[in-house]
Amino acid sequence: MTALWLLDLCLVAVILAVALSAVAARDLFAATVFFVAYGLLIALAWVRLDAVDVALAEAAIGAGLTGVLLLGVTARVHMEARTPGPGRGMRLAIGAGCAAVSVALAAAVLSLPVPAPSLVPAVEAAIPATGLGNPVTAVLLAFRGYDTLLETLVLLLALLGVWSLAPDRLWGGRPGLRHRARPEGTLAWLGRLLPPIGLLVGVYVFWIGSDQPGGAFQAGTILAAVWLLAIMAGLSDAPPVRSLALRLVLVAGPVVFLGIGTAGLFVAGAFLGYPPAAAKTLIVTVEAALTLSIAATLALLVAGAPERAP
Amino acid sequence: MRLALDLFTILCVSAGGVFFLAATIGMLRFPDTLTRLHALTKADNLGLGLVVLGLLPRMEGVAEALKLVGIWLLALLAAATVAQLVARAALRETAGQPGGPPR
Repeated sequence: MTALWLLDLCLVAVILAVALSAVAARDLFAATVFFVAYGLLIALAWVRLDAVDVALAEAAIGAGLTGVLLLGVTARVHMEARTPGPGRGMRLAIGAGCAAVSVALAAAVLSLPVPAPSLVPAVEAAIPATGLGNPVTAVLLAFRGYDTLLETLVLLLALLGVWSLAPDRLWGGRPGLRHRARPEGTLAWLGRLLPPIGLLVGVYVFWIGSDQPGGAFQAGTILAAVWLLAIMAGLSDAPPVRSLALRLVLVAGPVVFLGIGTAGLFVAGAFLGYPPAAAKTLIVTVEAALTLSIAATLALLVAGAPERAP
Repeated sequence: MRLALDLFTILCVSAGGVFFLAATIGMLRFPDTLTRLHALTKADNLGLGLVVLGLLPRMEGVAEALKLVGIWLLALLAAATVAQLVARAALRETAGQPGGPPR
């Protein structure tokens, strides 16, 4: 046990060091690289806490997707004129504000009663009614369905926010620049080789999510990465944002979720409730639609605002 | 048999660790992008490969073992591709400079 304890101690020390480096780095690119490393280490910490679902989400979304978004930001900020940073007083104020939030959070964590209040027994008692084997999926899709529904709507709103940055004449056009890669080049080769494997892994992670760690968000990120790879390798182009098919895929998840949730009012007696006999089928249906929508939304978030006229 | 397998695991994982260490030192100490890339690929190819090899006898079944090998192969694929892309970008950046390739 001592060896594992030492490993945890090392992990915590490295996480703190990398987090400090990310904050203290003067160069935007260096800060982004530290942030990605921080996300991967946090994922390891979640594995050590036996929270594999959270670890997968952190690695895929926290480190991977957010890292790519931040790299895009770095490239854009470098292109545009440098604005002077905040002055000394402002920096001190920001530092004090962050320190106050950290202290408050630490105080809150330290003042939790021991043993901590837990809903685990309640979840364990109710889980057979959902027909699922993975308690995380049961919480996300059944017991706390509201949260997940709102999360997917927030993602959609974020994408609308990105799209609305497009000037009027480009509205409805294709996001980003057309990527070109040499047809015999390494990137084009990877773009042909990896997508079948990525699709398989994405569908597997979605499907296994009802019984083991996995689910719509993790699978959606993998599928988004596959799509982005094909776009970056020049094998496929980002669709114009006015495309009806694209918009249908984007709203499919929230619409199916809302539809089944509303039907629950009449069939199961509560909004977002499921009749026990069909619970698993309905949850997997919602997850499937969510996976598609999340994949499309995340990929288009990375692709950015429309930059080519329709 | 048990002892032999344990020894095999310890030897392979330790050797993998040595390659990771050497690659890290190379990353920090080598003078330019191409030599640093050369060091980095040793960690992915041999380092991870030896760690995976050492862990194979500890897997519960053939399917688990194949998953591990699959992870190694994917890491190899990603490392090789990224190395090519970074090297190409580095060559383009230094083209025409003293010590660099012709433009």
